[in-house]
Amino acid sequence: MSLLSPIKDHHSERRLFIGRAVAASVISFVLLGTVIARLVQLQVFDHELFTEKSQGNRLRIEAVPPIRGLVFDRKGRVIAENLPAYQLELVPEQVGDIDDTLQRLAALELIESDDIPRFKELSRSGQQFKPVTLKFSLTDEEIANFAIQRPRFPGVDFQPRLVRHYPHGELFAHAVGYVGAVSTNDLQRLDPARYAGTSHTGKTGIERSFENDLHGGAGFRHVITNATGRQVPADSSELLDSLPMDEASSPGANIYTSLDLDLQRVAHAALDGRRGSIVALDPTTGEILALVSAPAFDPNLFAIGMSSGQYNELQNNPDRPLFNRAVLGTYPPGSTIKPVLALAALETGATNLTRKTVCIGYFQLEGNEHRYRDWRPEGHGPVDLNDAIGQSCDVYFYEISGDLGIDNMHDYLTRFGLGSQTGIDVLGERPGLVPSREWKRNNFSDRDNQRWYHGETVIASIGQGFMLSTPLQLATIAATLSTRGQRYRPHMVAAIEDPLSGERRMIHPESLGHVQISNAFYWDNVLEAMHDVLQGPQGTARATGVGAPYEMAGKSGTAQIISIAQGATYNEEEIEERQRDHALFISFAPISDPRIAVAVIVENGSSGSGVAAPIAKAVMDEYLGFGDDTTK
Amino acid sequence: MIRLSETQRMLSPRNGALPGLSGLIRGLNVDGPLLGGLLLIAAFGLLVLYSASGENSGLLVNQAVRLGVALAAMLIVAQLPPDFLRRWTPWAYIAGLALLVLVLTRGDVGQGARRWLDIGVRFQPSEAMKLAVPMMTAWFLHDRQIPPRFSHLAIIAVLIAIPTYLIAKQPDLGTSLLIAASGVIVVFLAGMSFRLILGLGVMAIPGALAVWNFMLDYQKQRVLTLLNPDSDPLGAGYNIIQSKIAIGSGGLFGKGWTNGSQAHLEFLPERHTDFIFAVLGEEFGLFGVLSLLALYMFVIGRGLYIAVQAHDTYSRLLAGSISLTFLVYVFVNTAMVTGLVPVVGVPLPLVSFGGTSMVTLMAGFGILMSIHSHRKLLPH
Repeated sequence: MSLLSPIKDHHSERRLFIGRAVAASVISFVLLGTVIARLVQLQVFDHELFTEKSQGNRLRIEAVPPIRGLVFDRKGRVIAENLPAYQLELVPEQVGDIDDTLQRLAALELIESDDIPRFKELSRSGQQFKPVTLKFSLTDEEIANFAIQRPRFPGVDFQPRLVRHYPHGELFAHAVGYVGAVSTNDLQRLDPARYAGTSHTGKTGIERSFENDLHGGAGFRHVITNATGRQVPADSSELLDSLPMDEASSPGANIYTSLDLDLQRVAHAALDGRRGSIVALDPTTGEILALVSAPAFDPNLFAIGMSSGQYNELQNNPDRPLFNRAVLGTYPPGSTIKPVLALAALETGATNLTRKTVCIGYFQLEGNEHRYRDWRPEGHGPVDLNDAIGQSCDVYFYEISGDLGIDNMHDYLTRFGLGSQTGIDVLGERPGLVPSREWKRNNFSDRDNQRWYHGETVIASIGQGFMLSTPLQLATIAATLSTRGQRYRPHMVAAIEDPLSGERRMIHPESLGHVQISNAFYWDNVLEAMHDVLQGPQGTARATGVGAPYEMAGKSGTAQIISIAQGATYNEEEIEERQRDHALFISFAPISDPRIAVAVIVENGSSGSGVAAPIAKAVMDEYLGFGDDTTK
Repeated sequence: MIRLSETQRMLSPRNGALPGLSGLIRGLNVDGPLLGGLLLIAAFGLLVLYSASGENSGLLVNQAVRLGVALAAMLIVAQLPPDFLRRWTPWAYIAGLALLVLVLTRGDVGQGARRWLDIGVRFQPSEAMKLAVPMMTAWFLHDRQIPPRFSHLAIIAVLIAIPTYLIAKQPDLGTSLLIAASGVIVVFLAGMSFRLILGLGVMAIPGALAVWNFMLDYQKQRVLTLLNPDSDPLGAGYNIIQSKIAIGSGGLFGKGWTNGSQAHLEFLPERHTDFIFAVLGEEFGLFGVLSLLALYMFVIGRGLYIAVQAHDTYSRLLAGSISLTFLVYVFVNTAMVTGLVPVVGVPLPLVSFGGTSMVTLMAGFGILMSIHSHRKLLPH
């Protein structure tokens, strides 16, 4: 084989090749130089930027939920606390057949079959490694049962956590309220950063209104995650060179209420299963001592989560256990406002202390056949103002209503706080209604109805007609009467305590002003008349007040909820239970040094003096130290 | 007893009774410096691969076995004299084309492309073409005038275009472009005039537009993503963003072996295959990547030296092309991982996990060794 091809010049060819090889080398250096320049740019000049980005990549900030503040009664007894409990969780990615697993859990009665679609959706939608809570609080029995079955449920386990607990069950269901799982609605008003790790938030009562204090501040900690966001075990933490410090959560503030556990218990027991409400407050401060709405419910059900079946049962119960009658229930105040109207009539000169009326059992306006009845069909005979209050004579008030007029009625009732919110420190109270000419003009479309009729003044004088008030408002009326006009904003929270420093911020009584009555003698008379109601020879509630070891004042009321046809007789037996009148009573004691004012409403209780007054007395007895010890 | 002169000893290295390692190396037609460089790269590669694979020793053993097979292939090829290779070149090329046609008609489909052929062993015929195309181009120019005439260039263009088209059709755009490059490099080394290169370069602009139309959507996406990776940070741009973060956060000296958070926390995709260079950058820093690039440059430099030392046109062009194609691999991979060029599926030679390409690569270096040890020493 010839080494040299005849047409080839090996030397020149080699020179050419060397030239090209050099050119190729130059190009190579340029190419690799570009890469190296890029590397220098990334690793030297932009190093810090990329270090930050890689830190951000692997570090996730996880919120650490704070521990919710405790709620105490006025003597420092716990009425809302946090207890460790086990919750049942499911990690979707560890469960083979989610459908089957949920079915089998339902068969073990750990979850309800109705909730299966909801849990399925939750398991599908979230990140697959994030646990879905199936049940918030397991009973010891359920834990024991599940522990045996656990090998059959890969991916399902129980985990410890703190759960809100109300040791007194339904006793404070309406006053303190409850917490429930954070809903999408809640998220719209809550700061997402503060609530990142929080599962529950206050829904009603103090739990809701003082959510901001009770919740506390979320802390955060850094967790190392991989690209899918999954937390990796702590031993990889050597990967972290310099970590910003974790921040511990700050516990929520403790709340000291003015509520009295014993009083609350007595009040609740006194209602004895009837529908109704009791509000007791300290007239010299506005502190609420007891706030009961019955029937109630177990707030722990909301804290630990209940099945949709249980919730529907509560929602659809005709007795409305979830409804807080104390601040949301509006009832015609009935005769309980007579002391206020008496003061108004005296002050405006619509009547005087010596004026007497002969009560014949009914009243008629001139030129009108309509009979406005007295509650006692045979009448009270000759009565003065004091008798009219003590015996609750309606005809006396019918007669003076013309001289008093709706404008004055509205004026004085409003001064005592009816028709507007009391300003209590829980959200959502109803203002009730004190009708006026203006109100009728604005709230009726029909021209005939926009007029104020004289007959409406007549029935307004005994707290019927359009007038509406809450039990809380009636309690403040009693309180204002007891203090001869000094009003305080009612409140349940007495102090807020920082759990770390122990420092307490006291909530001081807030005056809402003074109802001015020019003549103190008027007060004396009206309060004396209220005293007679309970402890006078002819008082409507003398059966309750007689023999009591302290002086008490009160006023009964009956709120009609159906009107009785003209000429028909009122026969309690014939009226369905739910159509009977509401029984009302307001009272305070002791008269010379008032310490407690109470309003009681018993729905369909028929008789204010017969049904509501003994309840009010039981509450006052307890608070003033004359209680029957067996109720404690 | 015949006494051999020094010259005679130099002329017949295979008969040499040189003692020790260097004697063995020479006896096996192996080039010491080249083998040393390659082994250093492979060792460095195994080190990085162990970390990149999440400290998976099984995978490491697997790669080491592949490396052994590749070294064996290199040794076998090194024993074949260049003249022998040259004689069989056209047949190898034709057989390669036949296999490519076979792949397109009855090949196995994997990952949306038809690249594999199963004839007893499963392999990618396009791998064989990585060597067959520069061999064929060099073979064609061996007996012809250097620098090549235009008519010859036209024929070469066809010789390169056929396999390039067949491979692009699989579709495997990355490999087809690299194979075309290996042929073009031969022509460049053969002295194709710069004026012509410039002219073709200008003509390449409409060509590039034609290629753009020919490209599939995912390929177009890769190009667009390169231009603006942040436009789609969780989709196509994710790889580039994450690999830049990995390299950038490595800094000068890196986070330390097996301490790369980007790789170990699974942020970096393809971390033990195409994007292994990013793991290197993250864990060993600029110092580490420059060391590896230096090793690569040493191997390429040695390859070019062997090419310059070669004594016939075929050997010279082939050796040059193999060396420079190796450079192209290194460049394309590192430029891709650092976000300089679009993501094309090109592994980092000798470091990325994967077998077939390593065998081809080492067989190529076997050719270089054969060329070097079989060169005829003549006085100049």
